[in-house]
Amino acid sequence: MNRPELVCPAGTPAALRDAVDAGADAVYCGFQNATNARNFPGLNFTPDELARSVDYAHKRGAKVLLAVNTFPPAGKVDLWRDAVNMGDRFDVDAYIVADIGVAEYVATRLPHRRLHLSVQAAASSPEAIRYYVREFGVKRVVLPRILTVSEIKQMGEEIPCEMETFIFGNHGLMVEGRCSLTNYVTGLSTNLDGVCSPAAQVRYEPQPDGSLATRLGDYAIDCFSKTDKAGYPTICKGRYRADCRPDPYYAFEEPISLNLSPLLADLIKAGVHAFKIEGRQRSRAYVRSVVSAFRKSVDAILAGREPHLAELIALTEGGKQTEGAAKSKTWR
Amino acid sequence: MAELTIGPILFHWTADRKRDFYARIADEAPVSTVYLGEVICSKRSPFFDEHIPEVAERLERAGKKVVISSLCEVMLKREREAMREHAAIPDREIEVNDNSGLFHATGRPHRIGGLFNCYNEATLDALVTRGATHVCLPAELPRASVALMAARGRERGVGIEHQVFGRASLAVSARCYHARAHGRVKDNCQFVCEEDEDGMTLKTVEGAPFLAVNGIQTLSYAYLNLLGDLDDLVALGVTHLRLSPHTQDMVATAEIFRGRLDGRIGVEEAQAKLKELRPDATFANGFWRGRAGHTFTTARI
Repeated sequence: MNRPELVCPAGTPAALRDAVDAGADAVYCGFQNATNARNFPGLNFTPDELARSVDYAHKRGAKVLLAVNTFPPAGKVDLWRDAVNMGDRFDVDAYIVADIGVAEYVATRLPHRRLHLSVQAAASSPEAIRYYVREFGVKRVVLPRILTVSEIKQMGEEIPCEMETFIFGNHGLMVEGRCSLTNYVTGLSTNLDGVCSPAAQVRYEPQPDGSLATRLGDYAIDCFSKTDKAGYPTICKGRYRADCRPDPYYAFEEPISLNLSPLLADLIKAGVHAFKIEGRQRSRAYVRSVVSAFRKSVDAILAGREPHLAELIALTEGGKQTEGAAKSKTWR
Repeated sequence: MAELTIGPILFHWTADRKRDFYARIADEAPVSTVYLGEVICSKRSPFFDEHIPEVAERLERAGKKVVISSLCEVMLKREREAMREHAAIPDREIEVNDNSGLFHATGRPHRIGGLFNCYNEATLDALVTRGATHVCLPAELPRASVALMAARGRERGVGIEHQVFGRASLAVSARCYHARAHGRVKDNCQFVCEEDEDGMTLKTVEGAPFLAVNGIQTLSYAYLNLLGDLDDLVALGVTHLRLSPHTQDMVATAEIFRGRLDGRIGVEEAQAKLKELRPDATFANGFWRGRAGHTFTTARI
């Protein structure tokens, strides 16, 4: 059985240290700007912080993967190149990229650096992945969250690079890296600015009947009764009406968390090289508990023991969780 | 002189409707290029694939250039096979909408479709070096970036296309949202998307129209309308302007845009005529203006 790398989120230097201390083999993070897909206020690293964090991780045997995984709009490419060059100076262990221009820049200027293909590149077939391996020397692909375990195994047999899969975090079926929903509503783009439902344009509005409407820009994304816990207004997690659905329904996704912990052993057998935990926007406490729980689980499986995963369930969104696409494909 | 094109039909129209549509486009529409082929759902492909040679020939006889556009999402075995065959189509240009298409098309001339992420000069260069001859930019790219892409396209000798009419594609998914709305899944969808020939409107809980669902694709409720910005697009060097097909009279739509491009009609008259063709439509040009995509501003830039 190969030993999969546990790849953990770091939204701040403190979270990075916690993740490393809790047993992460690698942490991923980004700069405080549009060059990464979690460009949220209060998150991410200044250049100084990244330099010190890489040092902290390396001294403890952990890798740092730099997410430069948004798509630069024409005229702003230098910001992405600066991020890449700083990462090189600070000796990051790999870049996670999505844009072809950024990939080519790393491949030609910094051929000694590892390239990982971000889930934002939406490479969901062997040919798509082989394109990035052939043209840019990509060493690892982060697979979309839409494949079953058997499809992942099949994929592994058809591609000449490592596979990383999400095991815990958001459950989403929208193709990542191909979304302009937020830009349509707010003028800030997920692909170009790394922004999804920006907090500055979110409002929670109590209604006369006691319910609570959640809004993004000019649009109501959902409305919650007094007894419901209101969710954050992410467009693809909202409730809407259609002619055939007069009552509001989750048109895209249920707000539910992905938890593949019961499938870890199967995923290792399927040839997955790295497990990704999502949550750069999450608290230190969250990162600490999730990382240490998965560390124990992976180690247990590798030692031939049963993993204990009950503590993870408490951390999932509203307690609701799913093995998502990985279990079967009846949801498509 | 900037040319008008007809983008691929995004919706699941019947084969008869598509054939009638293209016959009229061939005979009457002032467009130079027509993109054919199913780009959204591989389950729909068999309904029209067999008619493509005949329709293409008809369009070519009328002097139109025909480009075969490919699926925007490739996952299943049949989709991978379709993409391989698509890239091997002889003697005709192809448009690629997915990175798996690039695997096959690299090294032979091909176009890049508007559903592919080509947002900057570096990506344009990388794609052109590998055989791309023409790029339709993503609809969300703002004017300042389009200007730079048009300039780089001119330097590299490739066409730069931008959508100027029709609902904008905002997202694609692994899940079919048409099937989901009807309590089904993709595998037993019974082609319910056929009922909504311009997409299925999603309204907010408060009843405000918001988005349009088309199988695995989510589109804007508002129709992209850059009629008022055509002079600007042309001055910046955009070579091709794409009209995305809807159920309204697309020949008349093309005539309005052509009339405006030729300076035969003014902006206000053109907007009024477009509104007359489609009184129920809401228009938007926010992406072009670097604002929220759903907004519509008629003031000159």
